[in-house]
Amino acid sequence: MTDLTRKTAVELSELMASGQTSSVEITQAHLDRIAAVDGAVHAFLHVDTEGALAQAAAVDAKRAAGDDLGPLAGVPLALKDVLAQEGVPTTAGSKILEGWKPPYDATVVSRLRAAGIVILGKTNMDEFAMGSSTENSAYGVTHNPWDLSRIPGGSGGGSSAALASYEAPLAIGTDTGGSIRQPGSVTGTVGIKPTYGGTSRYGLIALASSLDTPGPCARTTLDAALLHEVIAGYDPRDSTSINEPVPPVVEAARRGDVQGMRIGVVKELGGEGYQPGVEARFHEAVELLTKLGAEVVEVSCPNFEYALPAYYLILPSEASSNLAKFDAMRFGLRVGDDGVNDAEKVMGLTRAAGFGAEVKRRIMLGTHALSSGYYDAYYGQAQKVRTLIVQDFERAFQQVDVLVSPSTPTTAFPIGERVNDPIAMYKNDLCTIPTNLAGNAAASFPCGLADEDGLPVGFHVMAPVLRDERLYTVGAALESALAEQWGGTLMSKAPELEVSR
Amino acid sequence: MSSITRDEVAHLARLARIELTDDELDHLAPQLDLIIGWVAHVSDAAAGDIRPTSHALPLTNVMRADVNVPCLTPEQALSGAPAAEDQRFRVPRILTEEA
Repeated sequence: MTDLTRKTAVELSELMASGQTSSVEITQAHLDRIAAVDGAVHAFLHVDTEGALAQAAAVDAKRAAGDDLGPLAGVPLALKDVLAQEGVPTTAGSKILEGWKPPYDATVVSRLRAAGIVILGKTNMDEFAMGSSTENSAYGVTHNPWDLSRIPGGSGGGSSAALASYEAPLAIGTDTGGSIRQPGSVTGTVGIKPTYGGTSRYGLIALASSLDTPGPCARTTLDAALLHEVIAGYDPRDSTSINEPVPPVVEAARRGDVQGMRIGVVKELGGEGYQPGVEARFHEAVELLTKLGAEVVEVSCPNFEYALPAYYLILPSEASSNLAKFDAMRFGLRVGDDGVNDAEKVMGLTRAAGFGAEVKRRIMLGTHALSSGYYDAYYGQAQKVRTLIVQDFERAFQQVDVLVSPSTPTTAFPIGERVNDPIAMYKNDLCTIPTNLAGNAAASFPCGLADEDGLPVGFHVMAPVLRDERLYTVGAALESALAEQWGGTLMSKAPELEVSR
Repeated sequence: MSSITRDEVAHLARLARIELTDDELDHLAPQLDLIIGWVAHVSDAAAGDIRPTSHALPLTNVMRADVNVPCLTPEQALSGAPAAEDQRFRVPRILTEEA
């Protein structure tokens, strides 16, 4: 069996069900692919060869015994290194956690295991998920498989690059301000941010607890929906988990009919600062949805312009509090414990050595925003902006079923271009951040290549809280219409990576 | 909204328990000043009497039945500790001579 790494999760599942291949064979094919191309891409921080093959063999044995297996049983997956996996190194891209092996599984991970999904390894990310380019990882940069000199997005650049380089058919990311959707957009893959609370945060190394949302990444809409169904649902271990049924995402991805659907183009997310090739592909996709029977109107969300500054107050405030746990006392790195230094000095030295520049910058910003005298002016004001954003969404969703925009203002930028300009870097998340502040569902789907640079453009869809299925309806409709135009998937246009052995 | 000085950044670093070098302070102070100037823009939007939102969903207190459930063993809980002794975390001295 050749070309197993080019198959979708659905195709792999069918091949296993019909006995044409096994999970071990599929897993080995992906491990070989990682060995061949990851030297150039650097999507993975840790490859769990033995563990993955053992999981695959266990699924094959169950299948041989005639057990009832889920639709993704035996399919390999790449896991963002921010989720705890028992006994497997988990670093969140930080030196402060180098070598740490969690003593338990995150809920997302235990659900993947229960579904028989094979975890290949942990993917690279911006340290503690702070970043839009995966340049802030303590373990080196990940490269975009479409153009190795470009960023793969962030913070989940490793997960999306693993998909785009055919190292894994499925991946898990986490989205705090766009860290699933923006990497999805710039790598030509599908990235879904479920409704906040729709997927459990238990075992996720927290960045900003009121925003973080684990979600599925895949090369097709249906694969993403199947993975969504595996990981979503109520978790009593997460006090912010929603105790409601999982939205019918798989059914929506199979149907993909936008006839009569009302789609709102967000007026404020376009125009100045947006790359012409990004806007062109976005508007063509909107036209296509109109032809498929959707009703398209322009919608105004006037407070979205304040989302970015509000986010960069709320996120550092929550992060400075969450990262206080890295104090050299209970786990992780310890520096300067020479018998003379007291605990406070050891904390200071450890945090100085263990955290990278962006993490220090945001901890300092958060400490300032929460400090006495500034709390009301910064954090308090940002929380009020959050109310205004929620109200913008509520008004918009009275008029339309979903909102759309480009996923990012530009395609993947060159590695190093924005490293010294934090505000330019932060502006990359302009379109994705409002949904994190409001908690609703959103997704990025590939919608073509920009004329200027031949790089992927993402189509961003936003749906109301717990109406995640609407994302998949739009994504599936767009995907099949575009596949007809292109004579295949967008990913089939990606350049071949040079294989090293 | 006031700007942020190098001395204030050094003070924040102490509050945040991060020992920064002089070079880092020189580099960070102007960057933080720039970022804070930019984020202060939020006050333009939320001038009126607006209810703050701290969380995307309404938060309610979550309870569970008061029954024993399996949890980590002491060995598991201490497995990532930089130093452990007698089934406890061993930490650097808390009190100094002057304290």
